Amino acid sequence: MIKFINVFIEAFPFFMNGLIFTAELALSSISIGFVIGVFVAISRTYGNKFSYSISTVFVESIRGTPLLVQLFIFYFALPQIGISLSPLMAAIISFSINSGAYQAEYIRGAIQSIDKGQMMAALSIGMTKWEGILNVILPQSLIKVIPSWTNEFAYLIKYTSVAYLVGVPELMAEGEFVASRNFEFMDVFLGVALIYLLIVMILTWGMARIEKMVRMPGV
Amino acid sequence: MKTLEVKNLKKRYGDNEIIKGISFEMEKGETIVVIGPSGTGKSTMLMCINRLIEPDEGKIFLNGEEITGSKHPEIFRQKIGMVFQEFNLFNHLTVLDNVRIGPIKVKKLPREIATKVAIENLKKVGLESRINAYPAQLSGGQKQRVGIARALAMEPQLMLFDEPTSALDPELVGEVLEVIKKLAREGMTMLIVTHELGFARDVADRIIFMENGEIIEQGSSEILVNPSKERTKQFLAKFKEGR
Ligand SMILES: Nc1ncnc2c1ncn2[C@@H]1O[C@H](COP(=O)(O)OP(=O)(O)OP(=O)(O)O)[C@@H](O)[C@H]1O
Ligand SMILES: [Mg+2]
Repeated sequence: MIKFINVFIEAFPFFMNGLIFTAELALSSISIGFVIGVFVAISRTYGNKFSYSISTVFVESIRGTPLLVQLFIFYFALPQIGISLSPLMAAIISFSINSGAYQAEYIRGAIQSIDKGQMMAALSIGMTKWEGILNVILPQSLIKVIPSWTNEFAYLIKYTSVAYLVGVPELMAEGEFVASRNFEFMDVFLGVALIYLLIVMILTWGMARIEKMVRMPGV
Repeated sequence: MKTLEVKNLKKRYGDNEIIKGISFEMEKGETIVVIGPSGTGKSTMLMCINRLIEPDEGKIFLNGEEITGSKHPEIFRQKIGMVFQEFNLFNHLTVLDNVRIGPIKVKKLPREIATKVAIENLKKVGLESRINAYPAQLSGGQKQRVGIARALAMEPQLMLFDEPTSALDPELVGEVLEVIKKLAREGMTMLIVTHELGFARDVADRIIFMENGEIIEQGSSEILVNPSKERTKQFLAKFKEGR
């Protein structure tokens, strides 16, 4: 235990450096993914045939392929057609797109669970379909989607670790770096695991509080 | 000018003609009650009037302006209030926000003015004390009165009611009907689908009996007592038995 603490303290500055990248990856991907998710979910539920088809193909192809393959396409394959991205950019883009597809499905599920009468009422007071989506359907859907969204965020935080494979110096990469020098693989990776665990726990706790705050009474 | 003109309205789903050429007119301030058996197309007709359902044929005019064919039905819907059997209050909003969201988002009134309008209308339905409650915290009768206030806040020229008390426990029906009667006295133009025949007799200037997508008979509330058509008689007889 003492040894673990010592190793951990020694590695701590490296962990913090990595954590900054992990946080940057997770936060930007979840946010960009959220915007993608909202648009895709709306076009799958309220869009015309064309936007429905496009967004369905998008969601299915992202969900049907491994995240790592998507990341490698953005980092290793795109340069072959003249688009070079930094490791961080490639990771943020591929994680955002990946998360966007999953978030779209959660949001779509929530949209579809909203009673048809809500839209009818919105239209009946003179809102357009888009005003109804914006003012009535989307707010209710986003409240309902919080639990799944929390899960998605937790997954994403953990999945950012694969960014180490394209050379982003995030938490996992820093752990690897430290362990390859002091050979304390057990202690170092336990430390890394502990940090992921802590972040996910804090997130889950925070989101549960937010969920309580915005919950629609009785729904 | 007539407040509402419905001319030869038709609606079909596939081969099934639900509304078979309905025509009638409403004067300003008139209250018409529509009665008729279940599945007859009463709801479909109401929703065709504000184009929540797109009619297949016929023309509808609101104060002389044609609703049908307009590229912007939402402009007419602002002027036509609708009250639903299932209330359809916005679940994520408080009572006050339910009522003022129309004035704010649709009419683009300043927030303070919209709030005043909302509170006035909540007073009218006797719910000014519940402005901060959420729909789920209200009784059915209260929900429906909020539904009415929400429609009124848009200052409509016509109100449509689709069985406003059918989803209510019997002891809560009265409070909602009282509000509607008050509106009738104040001169609101209203088209009401209901199975409450006693209420129909009290409030209606005219009663329309509908069956299988057609108007079978219309007239004063006298037709509830002395219908001239055999089918109206049968409906009323069955109805009285059923109660
Ligand atoms: N979207 C639809 N597709 C096919 N048929 C429909 C659709 N909507 C309604 N109908 C049919 O149209 C008929 C009329 O329905 P409507 O709801 O207007 O009747 P109603 O007179 O309001 O009945 P109730 O008293 O039960 O409310 C019914 O037979 C119904 O099955
Ligand atoms: Mg009906």
